[in-house]
Amino acid sequence: MDFTLSKEQQMAQKMYREFAENEVKPLAKMVDAEEYFPKETVAKMGKLGMMGIYFPQEVGGSGGDVLSYAMAVEEMSRVCGTTGVVLSAHTSLCAAPIFENGTPDQKAKYLPKLCSGEWLGAFGLTEPGAGTDAQGQQTRAKEVGDNWVLNGSKIFITNAGFADVFIIIAVTDEVLDKRGRKQKLCSAFIVERTDPGFKVGKPEDKMGIRGSSTCELIMEDCTIPKDRLLGVRGKGFQLAMATLDGGRIGIAAQALGIAEGALDETVAYVKERKQFGRAIAAFQNTQFELAEMKARVDAAKYLVYAAAMKKQQAMNGAKVRYSVEAAEAKLIASRTASDVTRRCVQLFGGYGYTRDYPIERMMRDAKITEIYEGTSEVQMMVISGAMLK
Amino acid sequence: MKAIVCVKQVPDTQGKVAVKPDGTMDRSKMATITNPDDLNALEAALKLKDETGCEVVVVTMGPPPAEGMLRELMARGADRGVLVSGREFGGSDTFATSQILAAAVNKIGVGPEDVVFCGRQAIDGDTAQVGPQIAEKLHLPQVTYAANIKKEGNTLTVKRMLEDGYMTLKVNTPCLITCIKELNEPRYMSIPGIYSCYAKPLEVYDYEALKDDPLIETDTIGLKGSPTNVYKSFSPPVKGAGMMVESVGQLVGILNDKHLI
Repeated sequence: MDFTLSKEQQMAQKMYREFAENEVKPLAKMVDAEEYFPKETVAKMGKLGMMGIYFPQEVGGSGGDVLSYAMAVEEMSRVCGTTGVVLSAHTSLCAAPIFENGTPDQKAKYLPKLCSGEWLGAFGLTEPGAGTDAQGQQTRAKEVGDNWVLNGSKIFITNAGFADVFIIIAVTDEVLDKRGRKQKLCSAFIVERTDPGFKVGKPEDKMGIRGSSTCELIMEDCTIPKDRLLGVRGKGFQLAMATLDGGRIGIAAQALGIAEGALDETVAYVKERKQFGRAIAAFQNTQFELAEMKARVDAAKYLVYAAAMKKQQAMNGAKVRYSVEAAEAKLIASRTASDVTRRCVQLFGGYGYTRDYPIERMMRDAKITEIYEGTSEVQMMVISGAMLK
Repeated sequence: MKAIVCVKQVPDTQGKVAVKPDGTMDRSKMATITNPDDLNALEAALKLKDETGCEVVVVTMGPPPAEGMLRELMARGADRGVLVSGREFGGSDTFATSQILAAAVNKIGVGPEDVVFCGRQAIDGDTAQVGPQIAEKLHLPQVTYAANIKKEGNTLTVKRMLEDGYMTLKVNTPCLITCIKELNEPRYMSIPGIYSCYAKPLEVYDYEALKDDPLIETDTIGLKGSPTNVYKSFSPPVKGAGMMVESVGQLVGILNDKHLI
């Protein structure tokens, strides 16, 4: 597989690095400490076309590619895990399903504003009693006249406190399967923050990505027009799973970025920090730790980039699926991020445990990548499921 | 109306200096960046484009790989690029460079409403000569060290930042302005800009393209046309880390220990 970056991708990577260094890194400590949602950064990213990187310019996107998008999440996460996930959830979980499943009218209404960053997007699948388990879904949508009326609640919704547009999964139909058991069928809907009966609940107090807004969504007779149904009625769960395949590439890129950022900080620190009269970089334990971490991070990087390139093939019209590649990328990158950040804290010693250095924040931020958009265990179900088919 | 921006690719000051046997710099072996002041010049032109919708043309003299820099400037918003490149131009000092760039700007064409923007000076030579020399050779009024520019009709009001104060003056187009970093904050490349910059027009002006301009003579361009002789280029030796002393007593103690006093 050829991982040579195109001229445009190299240029984009350079721009992401400059932007991350100048605009994102200086805020990262405050974003974490004050649980501050970086809305000014989001506005800047929108202006530069970073909120719709891989969508065509005809629908308001930037005309880039999926790998360039993954690199954007990677580079932002390298300095601030929160900023990385804001970008990832918005693009992969809201703009992408509208681009991939929307009617021409839905695309025309939502994509230009999502891609420009004027509107922020979010995605609601998880409920108190159900995540990846479709049959556990409790939120229901009923047809009433010319409207859909939604009732239920969603939890752990990334970007919720600041999002304008939400993709909501709800049960619309029940059918009997071959053995006569009731089977719930879900559908996807586009819900706007201002729709009647829609409320955003209290934000979660989290271990990491503390600036990211994670809230409950409450729908009480939430009434939306008929034309907000996204995709095919009854196929909402499949839409959600396909959306998460893309989302996992974003989260894998976030995990990769966090791990690379931890290595950046650690390489600088071990050259400065002196013990027994020498920089700790001179000790072989430090060198071997760094070497192994770097090799693992690069391995994760190739998986993430390969998954992004596979999604690009699908975007270009090839009949390929990338569920397994995305699951592998997320499984390995998130595990690498947790492992690498923990080992980096160890190299920092006591200072690494303090909030004077960014490394403990990176360790806290890394953990979530093993949990959201499908836990590592779910990724292993996806991978082994394809093997044992 | 258009804004023409003269830019230079310079060695990245983070990188090392490579020197050829003849004492001049070996630019092909050095990491490069766009000269920082030139980015302020481009930003001034792009602001003018935001206000008036004018065309922005970036022009540089350099080896073929300088195209990469021009593409990046187009990704920031410039509409087209001109790369002035030819063996005959190699080894030019500021005098010869300004002969060639003035001829190139002439070929692009300076209309009655047009403005030529340059950075104040390049971080490699630090001469601040090329901008003013281009203006002289094109018989354009020039304003150097611009820290603020306002355009009303064909008149620019420019605030010049000098060592001991400011000077504000008005100048009519066409004119040439050299820009300093205080003028503005250069914008980033945008993603749509990056993904469309290779589709924008880029012309290469070689010796053939410019030779009919009266400014271009064999003894006014290249090494031969350069009155400057480079004696030697070198990387300054790396100094060891210094040591902070907290008191005069400590300093005297150290000097005493080394038997220096």
